[in-house]
Amino acid sequence: MTESFQNAQSSDRTRPRKQIHLGAHFPGVNNTTVWSDPDSGSQIEFSSFVHLAQTAERGLFDFFFLAEGLRLREHRGRIHDLDVVGRPDTFTVLNALAAVTDRLGLAGTVNTTFNEPYELARQFASLDHLSGGRAAWNAVTSPDAFTGENFRRGGYLERERRYERAAEIIAVARLLWDAWAPDAVEADPATGRFLREGAVEAFAYLGAQFDVSGTFNVPRSPQGHPVIFQAGDSDQGREFGASHADVIFSRHTEHADAKAFYADVKDRLGRHGREERDLLIMPGVSFVLGDTEAEARENAEEVRRKQVGPQTAIAFLEQVWGQDLSHLDPDGPVPEFDPETADVHITRGRVRHQQDQSSIAQRWKAIADAKELSIRELVIETTARLQLVGTPASVAAQIDDYVQGDAVDGFILVPHLTPGGLDRFVDEVVPILQERGSFRTEYTGTTLRDHLGLAPAPTKRGTPQ
Amino acid sequence: MTDRDLHLGVALAPAGHHPAAWRLTEDRTRLWNPGTYAAQAKTAAAARLDFIAVDDSFAPPSGLVRETQGTLDAVAISARVAPVAAGIGLLPTVTTTHTEPFHTSKAIATLDYVSSGRAGWEAKVSDTAAEADHFGRKAVAEPEELYAEAEDAVEVVARLWDSWEDDAVIRDLPTGRYIDRGRLHYIDFEGPHFSVKGPSITPRPPQGQPLVAVRADADAALGLAARRADIVRIAPGNPDAAHTRRAAVRRAVADAGRDPDRVAVLADLVVHLADTDAEARKGLEGLDRAAGRPWRPNAALFAGTPEALADLIGRWHRDGAADGFTILPAALPSDLDAFANRTVPILRESAGFRREYPGATLRDTFGLDRPANRYAGTVTR
Repeated sequence: MTESFQNAQSSDRTRPRKQIHLGAHFPGVNNTTVWSDPDSGSQIEFSSFVHLAQTAERGLFDFFFLAEGLRLREHRGRIHDLDVVGRPDTFTVLNALAAVTDRLGLAGTVNTTFNEPYELARQFASLDHLSGGRAAWNAVTSPDAFTGENFRRGGYLERERRYERAAEIIAVARLLWDAWAPDAVEADPATGRFLREGAVEAFAYLGAQFDVSGTFNVPRSPQGHPVIFQAGDSDQGREFGASHADVIFSRHTEHADAKAFYADVKDRLGRHGREERDLLIMPGVSFVLGDTEAEARENAEEVRRKQVGPQTAIAFLEQVWGQDLSHLDPDGPVPEFDPETADVHITRGRVRHQQDQSSIAQRWKAIADAKELSIRELVIETTARLQLVGTPASVAAQIDDYVQGDAVDGFILVPHLTPGGLDRFVDEVVPILQERGSFRTEYTGTTLRDHLGLAPAPTKRGTPQ
Repeated sequence: MTDRDLHLGVALAPAGHHPAAWRLTEDRTRLWNPGTYAAQAKTAAAARLDFIAVDDSFAPPSGLVRETQGTLDAVAISARVAPVAAGIGLLPTVTTTHTEPFHTSKAIATLDYVSSGRAGWEAKVSDTAAEADHFGRKAVAEPEELYAEAEDAVEVVARLWDSWEDDAVIRDLPTGRYIDRGRLHYIDFEGPHFSVKGPSITPRPPQGQPLVAVRADADAALGLAARRADIVRIAPGNPDAAHTRRAAVRRAVADAGRDPDRVAVLADLVVHLADTDAEARKGLEGLDRAAGRPWRPNAALFAGTPEALADLIGRWHRDGAADGFTILPAALPSDLDAFANRTVPILRESAGFRREYPGATLRDTFGLDRPANRYAGTVTR
């Protein structure tokens, strides 16, 4: 990241400094989250969520973010047991966090395949009311029958229909959020009317995925429409984000790649009648701090070793080779033999990259040969995701340069440790970002839309002033 | 519970249960502010009431413009007040007809986590075509079928709560294992309405099994209540009706092979309180005039003084008409304030109502042990 940081100067020095947006990701159910550290706390007790949310609010973050997965991951036909596992219900935790925070946005992933729009629109409108306008929905599509085994609709969605369903569920949700006029509640003792006559409109929607009609029973919420996040990355996914989302939770973190993604998605906005400021690009990124650059690098290596323990290294290798490799020594060499069968996915319930396994195996073998790496060293090397590594000052500079260089609008920070993993960032990096004039020194608004600089949600009758 | 402790819950509502109660509230255009519910919950917790109940449904607003309209999600409200109202149980209604049992299970488990063991839920069916149209997936069914589906949902929710054993997280450094997968269990439920594989994504909640409440006014609901409920809600019009219904519930519980003394039968009681009987009645008449129609709630209605209410509650309880009550304040927060500050202190003297919570959990409040896990010791396939 240091190299790209050199290249990341803002192209236009005359414009005002862009303001950085920051989200705090609750450590996830995967091997990024280090559980073997003595400072690793509970992954499920409410106190852990409170700690991270209150730390993020102390750091004036835009939002807290909670991911979701609706079936426990399996590896070789059994529940994967090496990573942190166990997570709460998104809505319930976010509503409870609304009680212990005042301004922090509350964002959560909720699946578009295994929820129905009336219920889901109601849950987000409720969260928005109960948090005073801080709700955000990361609308994630899921096609898989594996997860479907936990749900009524069972079955699954054909892959090509998942964006159709996501688009329709958001369309219905917006219809419902607009059903009550902003001034529907009159509550005037003089007229005796609680509701203004005709201020709640019935809805009817007929599409390929939904055939629903009736009347919404939740008054319009403070933000009108909660903020919508989206994470899709395919051409279809980018188009969906450009047309529907307020924030893209992106995977593009390497500087040039991030910049290309940023330009591509922002370019698409015009076609949907939207402006640059209507959509924020925020990649997820982890970070490791140290008092010196050398110490930070050492810390990062230590974190990587904890993330990829001996058993985890073998599990990753098995994923690529598609077979049981438990007899191999994780500190020994990478196997000479090829993956037994092409495209056998022995891990289920996690996001996969669309790449065929034998070519990954070839690439891994080449890297291991070239660098003389053991299995574990290889997995540490190949599964590394971009991290911000450095002193607080250099990490602040990296973040700022990404933002000023139009590679991102901000970052969703993913700590390694629950619940204290964000503490040092807030104490030491945030003040430097503030000194650079790139990050707020107080909340200036009350809603998440305010924090993100998004325009108020339009109503049926036009844009509110 | 064999000593028949008095149990008292209160049903929250933004302005009160009378449809025109918004007329009496101060912040009437902002009824859905979190502060509204938090204040009510705190009052109830300060009085050491057993629980707050939050009703819910997917039904459309009535459209009657003179009456309070609009409802928020009940689990959301319960979660929002959990961290600020200590000690009190949280009993949101969750419907079973159009919802996913998997979501319900993790939502209530999570409510149990954020409240450190104070969660329960009231299972309710959606029996109108309007609700079915909001989902557009199936037609409205007969009550027998709706309750059969509800019973399956309650079963799935309960199995999912047990799908993690309490000690499933082991953090074993030598083997690199965070969990012992042998202590996680597939529930493999298959029924006519849904199949659910499991395990839950949420570890077993603090209480093991949060409480289950069922309203058993309809005969179609009696089987579900008898087999599954820890709390049975009834809405009798008078003490005789209460007596009869409570006896029927207890018989059904015994027939289902359970101990009736471990199931609390609580009567709904709508209250409007004032310093004199006449004033209370006048207040209700005023609300009826504001609504433009007389209000006939589907439960006994008490309008009178807080002292007379204490007398009535003590009498019903003593006579075995009910194990306690769910109070539905006609106007909020005033009727809850009067109940908490004036009626409850009398009941402490006259009916032995608690001064402090007996423990940290809602199960403790109802004298119920933390149950063993049904899957403990069984082998995961």
